[in-house]
Amino acid sequence: MLKNYFKIALAVLRRRKFFTFISLFGISFTLTIIIVIAAFWENITSAGYPDTNRDRSLYINFVMQENPKQNGMMKGPASFYYMDHYVRSMKTPEKVAISSIFTATNTYVRNKKLLINMKFTNDQWWDVLEFKFLEGKPYTLQQIRSGERIAVISEDTRNQYFGENEKCVGRYIETDNIQYRVAGVVKSVPITAPLIYADMYLPYTLSKNDYRDKSINGMYSAILLAHNSDELDKIRSEYQQVVLKVPPQNKDYTKISSHADSYIESFTRMFSRKSDSSGLAIVITGAVIVILLLMLLPTINLMNINISRIMERSSEIGVRKAFGASSGTLAVQFIIENIILTLGGGIIGLIFSFLILSAVNNSALIPNLTLTINFTVLLYAIIACLIFGFLSGVYPAWRMSRMEVVNALKVR
Amino acid sequence: MIHLENIEKLYRTDTIETVALHNISLHIDKGEFLSVMGPSGCGKSTLLNIIGLLDVPTRGQVKIDNQILGNMPDKKLARFRNQKIGFIFQSFHLINDLPVMDNVELPLLYRNSTARERRRLASEALEKVGLSNRIKHFPSQLSGGQKQRVAIARAIAGSPEIILADEPTGNLDSTMGNEIMNILLTLNSSEKSTIVMVTHDETMAKKTHRLVRLFDGSQVQ
Repeated sequence: MLKNYFKIALAVLRRRKFFTFISLFGISFTLTIIIVIAAFWENITSAGYPDTNRDRSLYINFVMQENPKQNGMMKGPASFYYMDHYVRSMKTPEKVAISSIFTATNTYVRNKKLLINMKFTNDQWWDVLEFKFLEGKPYTLQQIRSGERIAVISEDTRNQYFGENEKCVGRYIETDNIQYRVAGVVKSVPITAPLIYADMYLPYTLSKNDYRDKSINGMYSAILLAHNSDELDKIRSEYQQVVLKVPPQNKDYTKISSHADSYIESFTRMFSRKSDSSGLAIVITGAVIVILLLMLLPTINLMNINISRIMERSSEIGVRKAFGASSGTLAVQFIIENIILTLGGGIIGLIFSFLILSAVNNSALIPNLTLTINFTVLLYAIIACLIFGFLSGVYPAWRMSRMEVVNALKVR
Repeated sequence: MIHLENIEKLYRTDTIETVALHNISLHIDKGEFLSVMGPSGCGKSTLLNIIGLLDVPTRGQVKIDNQILGNMPDKKLARFRNQKIGFIFQSFHLINDLPVMDNVELPLLYRNSTARERRRLASEALEKVGLSNRIKHFPSQLSGGQKQRVAIARAIAGSPEIILADEPTGNLDSTMGNEIMNILLTLNSSEKSTIVMVTHDETMAKKTHRLVRLFDGSQVQ
């Protein structure tokens, strides 16, 4: 039976080449977009170099100050003082990595402009994150405190500034007219991990902004490493207690809120205006709506094509019914045919996705990014194909099954 | 075998009511070869569709093998058609996307038979109509007569007791028409199939056991 359906499906596809092309193009193009988005999502959200301890880490990216009288709010990263004074004094985390958002500076190498993104960190940064040192070592607490002009640079920066695979520990790198001695070289991190990515890591004491400034908001975020994943809730509740004790600095902005979040929530929180909402639900809802809209277009297109194909195949429908196919059997046949078509589109989509992801990985568009079609993404793709096939087949199949045999056989 | 009692078929629109069949009562014995004649639009095909359970009468009763088949649900009706009835249509109604063998196997797909069993029965049916050498051909590669022979093979592949033929020679020249008629006569005599054939051709009708004539939806002979 299935073999027969398969033969018919292929024959129909061959007969209507243009419609087949339109259908397959719609399905494969949409699936490609979904798979590429899913691969990006997977890459961003799952633990990877050097943030390998994500299952026992919490992230503080935002501190919000609210003005309840005027319904106003200020939200952004915290100051170094806030992180160092309130967060680092917490008892439950094993370690606290503090780092600034990255800032761009320019330098010139052999008359060529080189953009360097700098990030200022504390010493525990190097303990919480498992950077691979290709050469040298991280800067120490003592070096930070003494304000030594020292830096850890990425492999890409080394290659561009000093030359490919050149030894550079102990040598100087100049940016913004300041010379820094290179303490170490680490394997580069892609920009898709913005909390961690930089071309050059420097002690926070070298920042032009005064790290002793007692403002609440600033340019720093923190990663809180727990002894094990069971202690994350303890850290969360201790942090809430800490936040309650932070004194307001402005007489109008009296309410201060901040959360120690999972990696994803630490980003989605920026979409939320409420202090108690992580924004994850908003982002997931938005993503689902976008994906559904993306899928809706080829589904409606395929549905339309299928309905027009019903008239063309009414003789076959009539004959099948006359010889013993029930309406249900015919509906199932039509849905299976559609699923075959969409799976075909799915395979083409997978090939396209593979080519696009390879192109992204090999291009200089996002350096050091490695996107892959893994099993989770593949599973999403197959489910999407089946939903496509099912949705675009059900309505036409229902219309077809209602067709009277006598009328179906009249159409020649 | 087939018993029709006071069959009436009306087609209604908002403004007009058309009588397609009026008070038809007919009994067809097992193994009988009956032909139905009449001018175009007299209700011949409607009658055949009602016998074949493809259409339902407005009034009256259809009995096959003493079973009343009025309000059978779709699934049971489909199974009944599959087991008992084979259809031959004037315009063949072969599935152009499938080769001859798959077309003939069609009724067997809706039974619990294995692929090997289906192939065997379809091959036997094709042999009976003399088309064993055309199993891989597609309908578009066959002549009209050959297409109708494939349609006959499809109708008999599942060994139904009843064969309903709606102008099976209508689209064929006289030589091919005679060829098809001979196949039907052989089926009737050797397989004891009950055949009801709608035709416009008096010569063909005279070869059958009994002739029923319709005029304006009523039986006149």
